[in-house]
This record gives sequence, C-alpha cells and structure tokens, in this order.
Amino acid sequence: MSNGDRDGLIVEGIRRLGSVVIFLARLLAQCAPALGRPWLLVHQVYNAGARSLIIIMLSGLFVGMVLGLQGYDLLHRFGSVEALGSAAALGLLKELAPVMTALLFAGRAGTALTSEIGLMRATDQLTAMEIMAVDPMRYVAAPRFLGGVIAMPLLTAIFSVVGLYGAQLIGVQLMGVDRGVFWSQMQDSVELRNVTEGVVKSLVFGTACSLIAVHEGYNAAPTAEGVALATTRTVVASSVLTLLLDYVLTATFL
Amino acid sequence: MRPNRTLEIGTGLFVLLGFAALLFLTTQLPASGVKFGRAMLGYHVTAEFDDIGDLKVGSPVAMAGVRIGEVAGIRFDSKEYKAVVTLRIDPQYNQIPEDSFASIQTTGLLGGKYIGLSPGGLDSYLKDGGRIEQTQSAIVLESLVNKFFANYASKGGDSQSQGGDNRNKVESKK
Repeated sequence: MSNGDRDGLIVEGIRRLGSVVIFLARLLAQCAPALGRPWLLVHQVYNAGARSLIIIMLSGLFVGMVLGLQGYDLLHRFGSVEALGSAAALGLLKELAPVMTALLFAGRAGTALTSEIGLMRATDQLTAMEIMAVDPMRYVAAPRFLGGVIAMPLLTAIFSVVGLYGAQLIGVQLMGVDRGVFWSQMQDSVELRNVTEGVVKSLVFGTACSLIAVHEGYNAAPTAEGVALATTRTVVASSVLTLLLDYVLTATFL
Repeated sequence: MRPNRTLEIGTGLFVLLGFAALLFLTTQLPASGVKFGRAMLGYHVTAEFDDIGDLKVGSPVAMAGVRIGEVAGIRFDSKEYKAVVTLRIDPQYNQIPEDSFASIQTTGLLGGKYIGLSPGGLDSYLKDGGRIEQTQSAIVLESLVNKFFANYASKGGDSQSQGGDNRNKVESKK
C-alpha cells in the first residue's frame, strides 16, 4: 500500500466520523419537530420495537436458560448453588441483556432501517421530497432514529425479565435450587443502580445503533450494490461500537 | 396519516410489555423496592433468636431437610434485644409439636441460612400465632474462630477441651 493510499484511508475515516457527528447534530435538531408528528414516531416504534419482540423474547429465554445451566454447573462445584439467582440477575441486567439486545437490534431493525432509507435514496425519493420542500431529515430520518432510541430500553427490559424466568426455569424447576432462596438471594444482591446501569447502557446502545443505521442508509450510494454495502456496514459498525461502548460504560459504572 | 389497527395493537402491546418489564425490574428485584405480596397460605409462628446471622425474609424453613415453609418477617425486639422471626409454614404441615426446636443452619459452605426445625415430643401442635420456645442462634464463623483461639491460648494448647462451647448457645426459656 502506497503512502498516499494510507493517507487517503485515514482522511476518509476522519471524514466518515465527522459526517456521522454532523448527521447526529442535524438529527437532534429535527427531533423536536418529529415529536410533533406522533403517528410517524409510533409507526417507527412499531417497526423497531414491536416487530422485534418475538426474536428478543426467544433469545432472552434461551440466554437465561443457558445462564441457569452454566451457572448451576459452576456454582455446584463450590457448593453454593444458592448464588445462582444473584449471578443470573446481575449478569443479565448489567451485561447480557443490553449487549445481546443491541446486537439483535442491529441485525433485526438496523438492517431494515438502512435498506429502507438506502432504497429511498437509490430511487430518488429523498431527492423528490427535497424538491417538494419537505425535509427528509424531519420526515424520514428523525422518526426512525427516535423510534430506535425509544424501543431499545424497552426491548432490553423485556429481554432481562424473560431471561430471568429462563434461568429460574432451569435452576429451580430442573436443577432443584430452592425457589425462595433463588429469589431472595437475587433481591439481596441486586440494587436499583444495577437496573439503572442496564437502562443507561441500552439507551446509549440504542442511540448508537439507530444513528449508524439511519446514517448509513441516508448516505448510501444510490445503487443496488451501494444499499447492500451500507446494510453490511450497519451490522458491522453497530456490533463493534456496541461492544466497545459496553467496555467504556462498564468501566465507568464500576 | 392514521395507522391501521394491527399497528396500534402491536405498538400498544410492545410499550405495555416494555414498561411492565421495567416496572418489574425496578420494584421486584432490588430488596429496597416495593413488593407486591402474593397471597400467603399457611400459618405463622414466631421464634426469638439471639443472633440470626444473615437470615433473610424468604429463606426456607425445613424439617428433616424438607422445605415446609419460609421466613415471612424479621424484626428486632428492642426490649429483649432479640431478633423475632416470623415463620410461615405451609398448611399441610399442621402437626408440628409445640415444643419443637428451631435452629439457624447454613446450606453449603458459602450458602444462605435457613431455619431447621427438629420435632419435640408433645402431643399438642403449633398453631397460627404460636411461638417456638427453644431456639439456637446462627453460628457465626468469626466468633467460633475467636472462641477457638481464646480457648487454645488459655489452655496452653490443650486441644482436648474445645468441644463443649457450642452447647452454651442452646437456650431454653422454660
């Protein structure tokens, strides 16, 4: 790789970062007007949230069940299976639920957002709106962004609760941990700030994933290949950014 | 742009579920949260302990290792300086002798505490509002270790005489 190419790559990376930040500022400026059109927003909450319910609940159930199984196997060696409840609850609330939900959200809702907006761009619908003096940022981008931000914490909470019942299903029904011990140990070790931590994480992940999805779609090359590339970039960038932000947030909260 | 019925129902269901889950997480999980009590079956008896260790509300009550109820409440008696523990016993176990003996025991090495009941010999049974007279406190590992070393030092390393200490903790109010 020649020196010029590398410089080009670095400049291109910085340009993309700048474009995302400017896009975020424009989005935030349009958020208040978007709230003034609640039906547009409701539609996007439905698209991002309600239609992800099944995949979130199913994944949550199995993540919780695996947690119950693995946790029991590990704690059994130390003769302290009573701690299963608190281990499962803390693991789910603080890490697994926000991260898994964000990854699933990027795959399920993020790709849909990117390809939808990207196709609007490719078929000149966004340009048509601009010609009609309708700001596509306000009517297309902002409601989709806000819908994702609103849907993510709710999806995460649902994931946590379903996961807890999954862990309980395995731990209590199958492995025979005492139900009262399971719940009382859990209530003992979980504090309100652990719940808040999960909610804050999911809000940050929701903002990041929605921003990337909308930005990639909005700036996709107006070709079939461009939309495909943008969709791929959405999943890759969202997933990596989620895990990176997760580390930063965890370090902040601990 | 008024959306259709499916969309309204779907969104409503999603938001409802989401907030219900959030409410559950904030109120039910932390011990400080507000509990929505479920219907309590069975009958309640009380027992007084000098030291309950880290016994918690919800800890099991077992007889011969079988769970027969749970700890329903713990409060501090400021006159006698004792912990008053309320036990909820499942209704089918209604033939527990009145002079049964309650002790606080530990499950596993690091496990939580539970209350073990050993049956007495009387023909009259515990009833709702009854009281278990004979109790044994939780064995606190640190104080046991302290006592062991104190004994060890005073006896000049005579390891024969360590056994009897635990029996002092058994107390009878009769």
